Formats: sequence, structure tokens, C-alpha cells
Amino acid sequence: MRHIISILMENEAGALSRVAGLFSARGYNIESLTVAPTEDPTLSRMTLVTRGNEEIIEQITKQLHKLIEVVKLADLSEGVHIEREMMLIKVLAKGSHRAEIKRLVDIFRGSIIDVTDSSYIVEMTGTSDKLDAFIGAVHEDLIVETVRTGPSGIARGTKGLSL
Amino acid sequence: MELSGAEILVQCLKDEGVEHLFGYPGGAVLHIYDAIFKQDELRHILVRHEQGAVHAADGYARATGKPGVALLTSGPGATNGVTGIATAYMDSIPMVVLTGQVPTPFIGSDAFQEVDTLGITRPCVKHNFLVKDVRDLAETLKKAFYIATSGRPGPVVVDVPKDVTDPNIKIPYVYPKTIKMRSYNPVKKGHLGQIKKAVDLILSAKRPVIYSGGGVVTGDGAAELTDLVREMNLPITSTLMGLGGYPGTDRQFLGMLGMHGTYEANMAMHDCDVLIAIGARFDDRVTGKIKDFCPEAKIIHIDIDPASISKNVRVDIPIVGPVKSVLADMVKVAKEHKNQPNKEALAQWWSLIEKWRAVNCLKYNTKSKRIKPQHAIELLHKITNGDAYIASDVGQHQMWTAQYYPFDKSQHWLTSGGLGTMGFGLPAAMGAKVAHPDKDVVCITGDGSIQMNIQELATCKQFDLPLKVMLLNNGYLGMVRQWQEFFYGGRYSEVTVEAQPDFVKLAEAYGHVGMRVEKPEDLEGALREMLAMKDRLVFLDVVIDPGENVYPMIMAGKGHHEMQLSPDCELS
Repeated sequence: MRHIISILMENEAGALSRVAGLFSARGYNIESLTVAPTEDPTLSRMTLVTRGNEEIIEQITKQLHKLIEVVKLADLSEGVHIEREMMLIKVLAKGSHRAEIKRLVDIFRGSIIDVTDSSYIVEMTGTSDKLDAFIGAVHEDLIVETVRTGPSGIARGTKGLSL
Repeated sequence: MELSGAEILVQCLKDEGVEHLFGYPGGAVLHIYDAIFKQDELRHILVRHEQGAVHAADGYARATGKPGVALLTSGPGATNGVTGIATAYMDSIPMVVLTGQVPTPFIGSDAFQEVDTLGITRPCVKHNFLVKDVRDLAETLKKAFYIATSGRPGPVVVDVPKDVTDPNIKIPYVYPKTIKMRSYNPVKKGHLGQIKKAVDLILSAKRPVIYSGGGVVTGDGAAELTDLVREMNLPITSTLMGLGGYPGTDRQFLGMLGMHGTYEANMAMHDCDVLIAIGARFDDRVTGKIKDFCPEAKIIHIDIDPASISKNVRVDIPIVGPVKSVLADMVKVAKEHKNQPNKEALAQWWSLIEKWRAVNCLKYNTKSKRIKPQHAIELLHKITNGDAYIASDVGQHQMWTAQYYPFDKSQHWLTSGGLGTMGFGLPAAMGAKVAHPDKDVVCITGDGSIQMNIQELATCKQFDLPLKVMLLNNGYLGMVRQWQEFFYGGRYSEVTVEAQPDFVKLAEAYGHVGMRVEKPEDLEGALREMLAMKDRLVFLDVVIDPGENVYPMIMAGKGHHEMQLSPDCELS
């Protein structure tokens, strides 16, 4: 099963490689991983998407907890939460495709942030499924490149993952 | 007080209470060695190989409970230490390893003797640090000792670039008295509700057994464990790492469990209805086939490390906390409990255990014309009154020692259990002898293992460490030979050590006493002679029966109840 784990950790050199090293050493898989400093620059917030049965996820969270730099973590999949991923996608936009892609971007509530006479760059935010759907809707020959951040997640309600 | 980085490092060690340091100098640590030269409180032991330094620090830690400290130079100094670091990591031994590093401006430039020490050691340390600024040095060292010794202990590496120890840059020195880390807060007490549930379960048990591990030794819980076992009249077995955590000669002790455990210990595991695992981690050498592991038991697991709980085997009552305080709480709860242990059921259980014990699974042929290794170890036990610090290497001799040298005291058994590092024994014994110069320290080893770090005999000479080496010499890499005999049709592939040095002459060449014994009738005299030479290192080459195997044994893929007993001890 897919799990999305949110980690609050010390913003120190090497912390990321400890997490990555833990996953490779113990044979866990990482589907995506995104990390950046928080409003407190001494802390980083990481969102990690992984798959596994309950025993594996329990081990993953325990092993992550053991890392000295990890301050707190939560398995967001255990409760209601919101996920968002951002994508930049460069598509060919010539002739009749220009208008069609513009319409498609509007439907998906994305925005075109760069225009040349033959291409667009589209910025789009949403769940990973929505981004997948957009990619599916554009003819594959028109896609020049896609860049995705991987999902970030946050739990609903007033409680937060903070110190 | 204004000090340079090198002086700060040395002063921090003193303020931390460190008395002994095992190390090997080199370019990146020259400033530190100069600071060591200028003082005489901290005693430095110059080893002959960095692996020896780390194992010696490890042996020192195991024999004292205090953190061991090693100092290595950058590059090959650090990489040579890695096996020692991994050994300590697998066995949760508190240790601080200081490594030199190239100066900060050179890091990442493939400079001379540069390796990414942090990257290389990351998977086998509890934590590691790179100190980039001399102003961070004292606090980092405080953190290193705190992390190494608290919670589940383990090795911590502190990588110190040469410019950080620059003798010309002096800063005010303060060693922090305490340290608080928001991201690291090991549990101090077990959950009382869980402890009560556990005691309820034990009191309702008809066939309880304790399975105790290295956590009892490193967690200083031997006295509390003994209280609990006696209070509740429980049978107890132990892992290789846990030996000495409960008196090995006591009636309630069933011997070691697992692959080469005793028949009574493994049968009790298989038939128990309540299992109490204490500071143990359900290692594959202990559990045997997981599907057949304690099939009828409810399991209580006490451990400081939550990640050890339900890792390999699902448990029913987990208790996260230091074994010492959890066990003390359990004894208290049990004493105040309205219920008593089920005396009748326990009496039946004990009589069943006595039947298994009567099989006498450690019996061996005593009529042989060749020296039996089991006999040698039993004699050593007798002559040392079971009171020596024993370091072992890895292989058959290690298992025989675990079986035939019952340890009554904690911290007396130094062995590489998790990683199984050949070459551990001699340097570890060195560490123990440094810590306990007036006690008997014996390294029991094999002819394969001893040659992996034999150079440390020179260190023992230079620093006057009159430990004893008892070599059980069978001319084979015996444990591998045994597996080839059992599982590979007796095809002995690359296990014959045909060209051996003359160990007597070798010991003498290093300035020690060398002796050899080949006949059973000469053995006791030789051992007595060896141990009588208090101020000399004696290397005793014991030529043993080369075909001897370690029994009993649980073959791969089998359960605790499917033990293979020795041909000398058939079930009647």
C-alpha cells in the first residue's frame, strides 16, 4: 500500500543522505521524496512516498525515528490529509494544437508560463493523479519534457507537525 | 582558558573521563598527537593496525561499560577502522572514534589520504559528525559521547579536518556539562501499564521462559534480571551476546539458545507459553525457522530500541525502555501483586526441563587420545574459577567457549556476535587488559582468526599487557569445514591452513612466552603454567582434534525442536 510520510528534521548537511541511505540499505523503496527548509530555517520538512505492507511501514517509521536528525514524523496516510504536487511541462504548440492545449490547460486549471512560436511551458499543481491525467490528455508526441516535484502533504485540521 | 583545536580535543576527552585512547598517528592528526605528547593524563596505546585500535576500544567498552575511544588518521586510517566500527555497531557497543580529515579547503578535491569518512561509515554508526569549525568541536564531542552511551548504545564517528586542530588558532574553551538535543530523546522509563500487563501475563503462565540478550549486559541490568528470575522462579536462556547477564552456573540457567544452543534451552523455547525477551533482537541465529518459533507463546519484549520490537517476530506486549529500570519495576510490581506464580504448573514445567537437561547435550568424548577443545575450555574455566575476562574470535572456538565457559558475571565475555568479525579477539583482549590490568584476560582463538590481527602481539609487548592467548589449533577454518562436512558432501574447499607459522617461535619473536601442548594429559599443567605467569603474555598453542564439530546444532531452515545432537550423546 502507498504511504506518504512527513518528516521534520534538522536542516543539516548529510541528513538527506541518511534518509536515502536507510532506504537503500534496508531495501525499502522510495517513490518520491521532496525536502525544503521550513519557516524555521534550522528545520527541514521532507515528504516521502513509499510502498509496503503494514510491517514494512512500521519498520520504516521506526528506523526513520532512530536517525538522530529526525525530530518528528507522521504517516499522513493514517488520517485525512491533503497532497499537492507541482509539475512543469513543456509541450509543442503549433497550428491547431496551440488553441487545443490552451483549452486543456484551462480545464485542468494550470497556467502557461512561457510561450514561444512553437511551444508552451505549463505550470500545474494538484494531486499526482490529476497531473497524470493531464499528461494522458496531451498527445505524447507533443510532450518535450516534464518536471515533477513529487507530492508534498499536510494533515487536515488544526494540529500540525511542529515542535 | 584559550586552547587550540587539538588541545580542545584532548581536554574534552579528559573532561569526559576518558583515561585510555587507542590509536595510530598520521598526517591529518599530527596536531592532535602533538597535544597528546604535551600531557600525561590521557594514556595512548599505539596499536599496529587501525582495526586493532577500534577493536581494542570496543573490548575496553565491553569490559567496563564505559565508552571506548579510538583515534585514527584520515583516508586508510579511517577505512581500516571500518570493520571495527561495524563490529561495535552490530553489538551496540558505546564507542567514540575520532578520525583525522584533510583540511576543510581540500575536502572534495581528492587530496592525499582523503576519503569521505562520513559517507563510508554512515551505514555502520549510530551517528557521525564532521566538525568544520573549531568553535563547534567541544559541543560536538559532548554530543558524540552522549549519543554513543545513551539509549541503545553504539559507535559515533567524529571526523576532524586538520585545520580545525590548528595549534595557532586558539579559542576560549568550555566543555558543556550537559547536552540537550531536540531530535534525540532516548526513553528513560518503561510504560508502567505495559509492565503491569507483562507481569499479569507471566503470573498466569504455565510454561514461561526468559530469553535474555546483550541489552542486559550493555544496559547494566544483570542484578535486576537475577532478581526477577529468582522472584518468579523462571527458567532463563541467553543469546551469545547476553552470556553473563545471569549467572551461567546457576540451576535456573538453561544455557545458550539458538543454532548452537543447548537442547534444554531450545526445547523450552519451543514449548513455552509465555516468552519474555529482554534486550534481545530475535536474530536469525537465535530464532531458527521463524514459522516454528515459539509456536504457542505469547511474547513480551523489553528493549530500549522500538525498532527492534516486532521487527522479525510479532510481539504481544512490547515494553520500550532501559532494561535496568523496566526489570526493577517488574520485580516491584510482581512483589506487590495479588497473584502468585502458578507453583504447580511451574513445578511440572521445571521437571520437563530437567528431563531435557538430562540428555546432557554438551557431552563429548573424554576418552580421546587427542585434545578435545571442549575439555580445554572446561579446564580453563576451572583454573580461572570462571572469573577471567574472555575474548574470543569467531568460529568453532567461539561457540565452544559460549557452551563450556559458563559466565557468572556480566561484562566478562567479549565476542563479536552480530558481525562475526574474525580478528576481533586479540585486540579486544588488549582493551580488556588495559581496563583491568590485575585480572586474568584470556583470548580464546582459532588458527584462522588469530592470524587476522596477530600483529597486535607487538602492542602487548610495548605496553606491557600480559594477557593470555589460548589457540585452539585444528589446522582448519573449522566452522566452514564443519558446514562443508554437513552440507557440501565433505568437499573441503579452501579451509585447510596448511602453511602455519610456528606459533611458539612467533610468540617468542614478539618477545612473549610461547608454549605448545598436544596431549590431553599435558593440558592442565600447561594451562596452569600459562596462568601462573602473571606478568608475561603467554601464547599457548593447543593442538586439538581437527575433526571435532560444534554440537548440538539447529540446521538451516529447522526449528528449535529439531536439534541435531552430538553423536556422543544420543537421545535414549
